[in-house]
Amino acid sequence: MTGSTFDLAPPLALELSHITKHYARTTALTDASLRVRAGTVHAILGENGAGKTTLMRVAYGLSRADSGEVRVRGERVHFATPADAIAAGIGMVHQHLTLVPAMTVAENIALGGRGLLRTTEMVRRVEELTARTGFALDPRARIEDLSVGAQQRVEIAKALTRNAAILILDEPTAVLAPAETDNLLRWLRAYAEEGRSALLITHKLRDALAVADDITVLRAGRVVFSGAAAASTIPQLTSAMLGATFTYTPPPAAHRSAQSGLPVLGAEDISVVDSTGRTRVRAATLVVRAGERVGIAAIEGAGQRELLRALSGRMPIASGRLTIPAVVGFVPEDRYGDALLPDGSLVENVALRGAGHRRGLMPWAGLRALTSRLLAHHDVRARNGAQVARTLSGGNQQKLVLAREMGATTDQPSPLAIVVENPTRGLDVHATAAVHDRLREASANGAAVLVYSSDLDELLAITTRVVVMFDGVLTEVATDRRLIGEGMLGLNAAATATPAVTP
Amino acid sequence: MIASFTSSRGRSAWVVLLAFGILAIAIGAMLFLGGYSPQAAATALWHGSLGSWYSITSATLVRAVPLMLTGCAVAVAFRGGVFNIGAEGQLLVGAAAAAATALSLPSGGAFTICVALVAGALAGGAWAAIAALLRARFGVLEVISTIMLNFVALHGVSYLVRGSLQEPTRIYPQSSTIADALQLPRFPGAGRLHVGLILALILLAACGWIFRFTASGFRLQSVGQSPSAAATAGLVDIRSVTVMAFLSSGALAGLAGAVEVLGVTYALYENISPGYGYTAIAVALLADLDPWRIVASATLFGALEAGGAAMQRDANIPSSFVSMIEALLLLAVVGTQTVRRRSRIDGIAESDGAVTAT
Repeated sequence: MTGSTFDLAPPLALELSHITKHYARTTALTDASLRVRAGTVHAILGENGAGKTTLMRVAYGLSRADSGEVRVRGERVHFATPADAIAAGIGMVHQHLTLVPAMTVAENIALGGRGLLRTTEMVRRVEELTARTGFALDPRARIEDLSVGAQQRVEIAKALTRNAAILILDEPTAVLAPAETDNLLRWLRAYAEEGRSALLITHKLRDALAVADDITVLRAGRVVFSGAAAASTIPQLTSAMLGATFTYTPPPAAHRSAQSGLPVLGAEDISVVDSTGRTRVRAATLVVRAGERVGIAAIEGAGQRELLRALSGRMPIASGRLTIPAVVGFVPEDRYGDALLPDGSLVENVALRGAGHRRGLMPWAGLRALTSRLLAHHDVRARNGAQVARTLSGGNQQKLVLAREMGATTDQPSPLAIVVENPTRGLDVHATAAVHDRLREASANGAAVLVYSSDLDELLAITTRVVVMFDGVLTEVATDRRLIGEGMLGLNAAATATPAVTP
Repeated sequence: MIASFTSSRGRSAWVVLLAFGILAIAIGAMLFLGGYSPQAAATALWHGSLGSWYSITSATLVRAVPLMLTGCAVAVAFRGGVFNIGAEGQLLVGAAAAAATALSLPSGGAFTICVALVAGALAGGAWAAIAALLRARFGVLEVISTIMLNFVALHGVSYLVRGSLQEPTRIYPQSSTIADALQLPRFPGAGRLHVGLILALILLAACGWIFRFTASGFRLQSVGQSPSAAATAGLVDIRSVTVMAFLSSGALAGLAGAVEVLGVTYALYENISPGYGYTAIAVALLADLDPWRIVASATLFGALEAGGAAMQRDANIPSSFVSMIEALLLLAVVGTQTVRRRSRIDGIAESDGAVTAT
């Protein structure tokens, strides 16, 4: 992949050489180099915290390297701000989308421009862009009405209207359903084939191998592997990402236990209406038994969010019958916003469970002891219970939330049912494995577990049974990747319209 | 919350000291350029606020009492995520209710005093309930509604002291003086200082205890920090907690008005409050919403108000200068708050970077 060995080779689209970057107390990057050829998709692999995002922030002018140099099409550049990077033809799509929900697609794309706002001109340009790229985007649609996948396309369109020839995407598939991921990867290929370059930051090996020409692997701030995707193997990349000492393989699907106990979570013909008055769950019937791990497969916005909240007692139902235990552990997708008090101590965050029903005095001594036990038993890396929750890493925050929701508290027993929503989103392989182990442990101890994950592979790996949800309707399907995939897109509704009830 | 409010205490104390040092120099320069003697002003400030037993008790502490109560009201609301800017209005309504009660009740004695105090607290709570209802029902931001209600209360008092509550001669825009037996007792040998101070200290201690040790205090603060986490993870009824925060905040401010009427002015008139309800926001923020530190910050602001009055009286510095100085003080408070908050956020960003970078 070293383009410079041939005299006629085109200059590299982007070259980062010997980049070192220190933060206050830690070194984020050590002598990291990256060579992106024009006309290719280049995947940057690594665990959370390996330095992938920091390296890209340097390339995009968001961070300044302590040493090392950046070249764009052979020219040495010094980016002070992202505006300089944009001017040099670099675009970036951040992991957390940066759109204004109340504004339209065209208005969002016009944001950041200068001079007069010519909305009609923007609308025309978006239409031109959709025609050229095959993106389905309505320039007049409001962002808040769009799915996450469509919002991501808006971010990409934003970069493209600024003539980005090098596009950096930070974990773009983390929020996408499988079908949307496939679309995005296909589009990235086509984009690169027009002679431009795409950088895909990811911790998903499968995505990298599916689309990339070249792969660079970072571990602990250093480049540990760099080579052509065609010549790389999964074991090679795995050991590069994780180090030789760690290998994680999900237990085989055959390991699923079929035995199940008494019904714990029960929904009979329930429907749920969201705050805007839209019916999100239609006549859903579902039973989760003790010891079972039931997965919900669905694309974004199919009603799984509301179903999970209804079954965990977090949202009222509009009709039907719901049978749930008094205490249901619930791990929401947005742990930072919905599960944690970011400025509170870990003890206070543990105290949050059951706060609505507690009377009288806070049992602080008991809660401190409980927190210490949970931190030790669930391997949460924290100094002590007095540490503030926002200073924990994402993986440790999630471990804390799981520990709180799954265990007994000072005044409540362990919940009989646990409902989790995208429990490993944004977590690295180690933390993901820990979360999976906890869920298996809970069901082995007799809890009923209900899981939604936008990652179908994860769902198949950790559940004993999968139901498919499409447009608010639940259907039971055989545990078969193709059938589930079709069900998620509503393609086999007629074929397997059996209600999702266990016999 | 309990832990996070203590973490930045050490550094922030220096920021505050520095800001107030710069402020003192700026005020001195301003007085000098205005043709007044900064030295005379400083002397008057000292004598009027802390220079004698009389000024400590009858000037500074008498002004600190309503600031403690309204500061406590603001702390309760802000900790619960309710931005009650209406302590001033709630105080005025409480003062009017206490005056009306005290003037209409026949018998004297401690029981009647208590009834008048409770009437003031209830009226303040009811005034806050209007904003609570507007927010719970129609989503009206309380920052707007409580400010607007301050003006309604102000003009309501104006109307009362020219109407149904006006003194019998109908000459002055104020109510009759309440009976001696209904006035709050004073501490012997402490000038005008009345037992309202004890009441304020007890209520601040109670609030501190509730914040720290009770389930309802924890609920209040969890809703203030993250309503969605409180609802989703804690199954907390956000609406009822929010309404309770409004009502208790309003009641505390209303009580401040009642204490002022029964302990200091003995009559209702238009300018019964020199803006205690607004200063209370600075008092509470300077104390980081901590009830115990509100005792100190309320005393500081009480001293400044008292010293300002003395500057006007003894050093002939016009009242507009005094207002300017007070406004500068408020600016310094807001400024230090911003600096401290920013340094806290920077600290977080640093540690976040460290966490993701390792």
